[in-house]
Amino acid sequence: MPEIKSFTMNFGPQHPSAHGVLRLILELEGEVIVRADPHIGLLHRGTEKLAESKPYNQSIGYMDRLDYVSMMSNEHAYVLAIEKLLEIDVPDRAKYIRVMFDEITRILNHLLWLGAHALDIGAMSVFLYAFREREDLMDCYEAVSGTRMHATYYRPGGVSRDLPTTMPKYEETKWKSKKEVMKLNESREGTLLDFIEDFTNRFPKCVDEYETLLTDNRIWKQRTVDIGVVSKERALQLGFTGPMLRGSGVPWDLRKKQPYEIYSQLDFDIPVGTNGDCYDRYLVRIEEMRQSNKIIKQCVDWLKNNNGEYISDNNKITPPTRDEVKEDMESLIYHFKLFTEGYCIPKGEVYCAVEHPKGEFGVTLISDGSNKPYRLKMRAPGFPHLAALNEMVNGHMISDVVAIIGTQDIVFGEIDR
Amino acid sequence: MNNQNISSNNSPSEKNIDLNCFFDKNFDNLNYKFENSNTVVFDADHLIDVLKKLSKNDQISFEILIDIIGIDYSDFGLSEWNAKNANNKGYSRGIKKDSSGRYTYDTAKKHFNQPKKRFAVIYNLLSISSNARLNVKIYCNDDENPSLPTVTSIWSSADWYEREAYDLFGIVFTNHPDLRRILTDYGFIGHPLRKDFPLIGNVEVNYDLDKERVIYQPVTIEPRVLIPKVIRPDNKGEDDA
Repeated sequence: MPEIKSFTMNFGPQHPSAHGVLRLILELEGEVIVRADPHIGLLHRGTEKLAESKPYNQSIGYMDRLDYVSMMSNEHAYVLAIEKLLEIDVPDRAKYIRVMFDEITRILNHLLWLGAHALDIGAMSVFLYAFREREDLMDCYEAVSGTRMHATYYRPGGVSRDLPTTMPKYEETKWKSKKEVMKLNESREGTLLDFIEDFTNRFPKCVDEYETLLTDNRIWKQRTVDIGVVSKERALQLGFTGPMLRGSGVPWDLRKKQPYEIYSQLDFDIPVGTNGDCYDRYLVRIEEMRQSNKIIKQCVDWLKNNNGEYISDNNKITPPTRDEVKEDMESLIYHFKLFTEGYCIPKGEVYCAVEHPKGEFGVTLISDGSNKPYRLKMRAPGFPHLAALNEMVNGHMISDVVAIIGTQDIVFGEIDR
Repeated sequence: MNNQNISSNNSPSEKNIDLNCFFDKNFDNLNYKFENSNTVVFDADHLIDVLKKLSKNDQISFEILIDIIGIDYSDFGLSEWNAKNANNKGYSRGIKKDSSGRYTYDTAKKHFNQPKKRFAVIYNLLSISSNARLNVKIYCNDDENPSLPTVTSIWSSADWYEREAYDLFGIVFTNHPDLRRILTDYGFIGHPLRKDFPLIGNVEVNYDLDKERVIYQPVTIEPRVLIPKVIRPDNKGEDDA
């Protein structure tokens, strides 16, 4: 019998299931992995350094580009940190809008994760289903901010504008007949809130659809059950948060445990896994989508019945309206100072974390009293997750690497920063 | 399951009083100081002992190391535009030539603020069992060659965090199992998040048509400051200093 020697294989950075630009150096014994050494940083843009050279508000857009599949959640942590240092109040309506969009973002993220994870393992059709719903949610992003991804919608003190009263509509083209367009526009006749409400009514059925494709699917189970098992103790040691930690059976969710905004007033549950394998994490995330849907519904109800300010009227932090600028000298000065110089934040250190779709996304902000952050550190949930890849793939086959990368929900925008 | 009365992030609450008691009891002989309600500063010498105790004890165990944050204090409190001396005769107009936003390859070396201790590291800890957070801050003793012992033996997640702090700040973690660069390019020189590292970087990459390969060369762009860093004393809670 010929002697089998271990050998080293390069995986990525341009591998379709490397979820971006992950480069792995795999040491193999036959087809079994002995060691995996992730090389990251191929998408490093120096966001933290760039933020140090800009006034606070100009970095909000960078936050979208960290984890570019859960854009608004990143912004949320950043604006929370600023608000905490400034000690300013946020109107209730803004809080509800933010929470609603956080949960929309969570669904957006989980849908992309689901589609990509299934695609990696070999189930093509889930991807198409998931993107059908993503489209609607992206339209919500577009309606409220003008862009479908990098919204830059949150502001310290609230959100940049109120919810629109109309939804963008499809138009008749060569490829879309009038009848088709009418059907597509059916749910878009009312306000954005009507559209979201309609979505929340439709969405649980859609999740059922994904589940019929996967949950009891024999191949899916063969590829995910008992793959990448992480025990409770190891999950804590490795710094897991979010679905990765809950999949291992730790009931930890910042929305419940350290509630920010208005999460303490909302009714939702936290799904927790038992085995800590890929399948459990799948189930956790699926249930999270249902729970997010529930939260969105509650937010829509509240927002429909309550009016109010969508951003704080503290004009040192937030811009005055156009009309005010035209008529009021004071407002003109505020407007000028805010856009030429920004605002100074008192000296201090703060850490603010949100329950991001991927785990705990935190922002450490250190201010020296100037109009730019002295040090801004983003705590990306994917970073410790990917660091644990070596441990998770150890002893598994090459094809399981793909399943494990998938289950970690890796996005390089946040890991490389 | 819902212990909401227990401290949320940094807000001073009952839990922090507990934390104080805990510190009194366990670290009384050590020289520690609360910098704010949630950040405690220790001497670098006691780092391992303190963190080991914090990670596992019978009162408040911090099971998760959330993050390790490096800080370079050499530019702290320095503004690029003198906003304080404005009077009825006018105010300064130019942006200071030696401000950190204008550092270049050549001028970066002479940074102009010498704080007592230049580098600090914050260990951001989370206790799941008692729902509390704590920042442990350590100032590095040596400004030229900052180094701290590794905590990878206490929390496995420290591995990459320390690699990151090493990469971006040049803080060496002794006894770390695998202290390589992590975020920057292969063969990168310098530590980009140090304040004396120019924002525009030191080198740029180009494709050289003649040599038919990618080459590195010194940066050709000029550093610019679009909006100067100013420190205005008119914030609430901040005295006119």
